[in-house]
Amino acid sequence: MRNLVVPLSAVVLALLAVVAQAQSSNSSDLPPGSAQLITPEELIQLLQLPSGQKPLILNVGPSILYMQAHIPGAEYIGATSDKQGLERLRARVKPLPRNQSIVLYCGCCPWSHCPNVRPAYKELHALGFTKVKVLYIADNFGTDWVDKGYPTIKGQ
Amino acid sequence: MRKLVLLIVVIAMAVVIYEGARRSSHSKGGHPGAVDSPAAEFSLQDLNGKPLSLAEYRGKVVLLNFWATWCTPCRGEIPQFVDFQNTLGPQGLQLIGISMDDDAKAVHEFYQQFKMNYPVAIGNANLAESYGGVLGLPVTFLIGRDGRIAAKYVGATDLAALQQKIQALLQAK
Repeated sequence: MRNLVVPLSAVVLALLAVVAQAQSSNSSDLPPGSAQLITPEELIQLLQLPSGQKPLILNVGPSILYMQAHIPGAEYIGATSDKQGLERLRARVKPLPRNQSIVLYCGCCPWSHCPNVRPAYKELHALGFTKVKVLYIADNFGTDWVDKGYPTIKGQ
Repeated sequence: MRKLVLLIVVIAMAVVIYEGARRSSHSKGGHPGAVDSPAAEFSLQDLNGKPLSLAEYRGKVVLLNFWATWCTPCRGEIPQFVDFQNTLGPQGLQLIGISMDDDAKAVHEFYQQFKMNYPVAIGNANLAESYGGVLGLPVTFLIGRDGRIAAKYVGATDLAALQQKIQALLQAK
């Protein structure tokens, strides 16, 4: 029996590691309904808060979409599907405390195809930010935000 | 009794005038990018530096596709659009691509890689707004020979249904 303790423990530890890795991978895949997401309706509520309590909203999509319409107060970072976008994101959050509340959003494409929100989320997670949410936009920013009459502004 | 008849006549005339004004207003276009409204003119340079305007294709059926290199559904559609240009171009179809990329170099590379056989220009916010806003990709407008928007497709298009619609417009001379 004693001879089995060590191999069994190794197997259990290996299984735990696989499960932990799978959970970590799933969380950064940001499936609809996951805890890392915030809905447009929930974000609208946060926008009503006094300015000091509002989250920092970062747009990680392409500039032409941002120029046409974006969430009031959202800062333009640019598409984080490329290195330059990720560098701008790192530079923007560098001075911030790691418990800063941040909401990322893009809305360029249907959720499962968006090339920007997942790299941005992973980057902030890797940098140690603990209060990061991603705005869940099912189809695109036009359909899921603008067409619903939620507030927007134009330009840079 | 006479007063009642007169009142009914006046109300009927008011309804006719109101309805006429409403239809007239609708036929003038509604909001930009709406189906049945005139397609907004534009003047850009294509990737090769040549002038590209919608006006030069008046009389043709135009498929105006807003897309980007990073847009997965767009990448799925473009080979079919290349095929449309090959097979339906001689009948009067003209594809035009408007890229919403920030990175022009990526567009040039994509254009070569996908062997795109129709003009592509880099878009801008003003052009997008003249089509009612392009706040998600892909967005495709089908424009009839009369220059009016015949259909608008947001998101990945049902390409078989699109082809049928194109062929119907090509036949309606």
